[in-house]
Amino acid sequence: MSVDAATVRRIAHLARIAVEDGEVEHLRGEINAILDFVAQLSEVDVEGVEPMTSVTPMAMKKRIDEVADGGYPETIVANAPASENGYFLVPKVVE
Amino acid sequence: MTDITSLTIAAARDALKKKTISARELADAHLSAMERARSLNAYVLETPDVARTMAARSDKRIAAGEAGPLEGIPIGVKDLFCTKDVRTTACSHILHNFVPAYESTVTAQLWRDGAVMLGKTNNDEFAMGSSNETSYFGPVTSPWHRKGSNTPLVPGGSSGGSAAAVAANLCLAATGTDTGGSIRQPAAFTGIAGLKPTYGRCSRWGIVAFASSLDQAGPFTRTVRDGAILLRSMAGHDPKDTTSVDRPVPDYEAAIGRSVKGMRIGIPKEYRVDGMAAEIEKLWEQGIAWLKAAGAEIVEISLPHTKYALPAYYIVAPAEASSNLARYDGVRYGLREPGRDIIGMYENTRARGFGKEVRRRVMIGTYVLSAGYYDAYYLRAQKVRTLIKRDFEEVFARGVQAILTPATPTAAFGIGEKGGVDPIEMYLNDVFTVTVNMAGLPGLAVPAGLSSEGLPLGLQLIGRPFDEETLFSLGEVIEQAAGRFAPETWW
Repeated sequence: MSVDAATVRRIAHLARIAVEDGEVEHLRGEINAILDFVAQLSEVDVEGVEPMTSVTPMAMKKRIDEVADGGYPETIVANAPASENGYFLVPKVVE
Repeated sequence: MTDITSLTIAAARDALKKKTISARELADAHLSAMERARSLNAYVLETPDVARTMAARSDKRIAAGEAGPLEGIPIGVKDLFCTKDVRTTACSHILHNFVPAYESTVTAQLWRDGAVMLGKTNNDEFAMGSSNETSYFGPVTSPWHRKGSNTPLVPGGSSGGSAAAVAANLCLAATGTDTGGSIRQPAAFTGIAGLKPTYGRCSRWGIVAFASSLDQAGPFTRTVRDGAILLRSMAGHDPKDTTSVDRPVPDYEAAIGRSVKGMRIGIPKEYRVDGMAAEIEKLWEQGIAWLKAAGAEIVEISLPHTKYALPAYYIVAPAEASSNLARYDGVRYGLREPGRDIIGMYENTRARGFGKEVRRRVMIGTYVLSAGYYDAYYLRAQKVRTLIKRDFEEVFARGVQAILTPATPTAAFGIGEKGGVDPIEMYLNDVFTVTVNMAGLPGLAVPAGLSSEGLPLGLQLIGRPFDEETLFSLGEVIEQAAGRFAPETWW
């Protein structure tokens, strides 16, 4: 499988990464080189093989569903590029 | 008196206990060594005030007879570990001003045990790289030179700053993370010991995530024994990481010097890859001979899916990365670049904030997870991963206790030499290490010799899950036979 310029633009948009026109061709080449490299996996017989979902066999531990932390909004927003009264500020989302 | 920056942790621990040196002296000696070595770019942030405060506290505890197991030991911390009130960037522009309000579990345990933080070490951006050249802060220069040459070499990556700092005596030890070889490959390139523990052995909480099913923290040290000392403090169950394993942490240091007589060591025939350098082949044979001489039984084994580990990795790791890095959106922390609307803000922030390699991997990950391609790529890769793990399980079930392989296919290369045109060229560095991450096993890189050009070469020991102790015992045998390797100071 190989990708075309339109697919590169679509992937970039899905990944929320702005791509300039001049970069598309180069990216297409690199992505296709990697896809070519991983294509050798198609020669492996995976019939009846379960996909790995857990590296170490173990049951997921669950904690009690209760508030264990919090109550410090100033700390939470301390690294925000823009905040006000303990809220994150973003550009207008709804017209 | 020898320079105290060249001590091992074990020797420094004794000297501190006997009060022949103080933690403050040890910290100061390292801080001035770091200052003199700034041209290596091993640290992206020096924290002298933190170091002196922590060292003063250590001296008080030593005087009071309350010293912890790492009391006063100065350590470098990969800039992927969140450190409270100390800038943590993952060496990315997108996190250039991030100051965590919390401490990663692994570093918190090091400080609990008395270690002293010297600063944050350089790494490939978000740990994506094998040469430390993708860092927003620029490449790290290895303290090693080829014989008779001044060509600047890479220290390996992604934990290149940690490896260079340990090799150049800019700390007694450093933390690293290993997703596909990011501890073992730089350890091999710089002539030191580096361990990737079993997946789940160390908590991932507070470590900037790259590929969550592969990432694991581990130690860089100048001796195998020091690695055992450090791992004991780093390891352990953490309720904040559901994949961390709740089993006791052994006294790893007790495994040093333990006999390896009668141990069955597997030599996988699939690791004899095409075009492997003759000196790597020779190093491997030498390693086999050393273990045999120590009484180990050598058996040829087969791990038939080895060649598929790297391609499967380059689906699984970018897929997980694209998901993990979705959080960098210019809203809650880090860089924000304005845009026409909120989507434009996200897109501009991520385009400017991520470097080339990170953008490429996030896009690959997005593609292999996208509708219509998930089964062909991601699901198939996870099935191949099951087969890779099964290869190891079958070998271990037949009584093999550890596996010996080369750590890297070559010695260190020059800055700017690889991966410029074809990204795959750089990825091939991890051909011997990546299988271990895919299977969640522990792997130890031990220095074993020098190349014809005078550069360090390492061997890798792969162990059964949670059997780091066997790796330390075997690693010690190799270290005793091979000796230790240190670069000449030129910086």
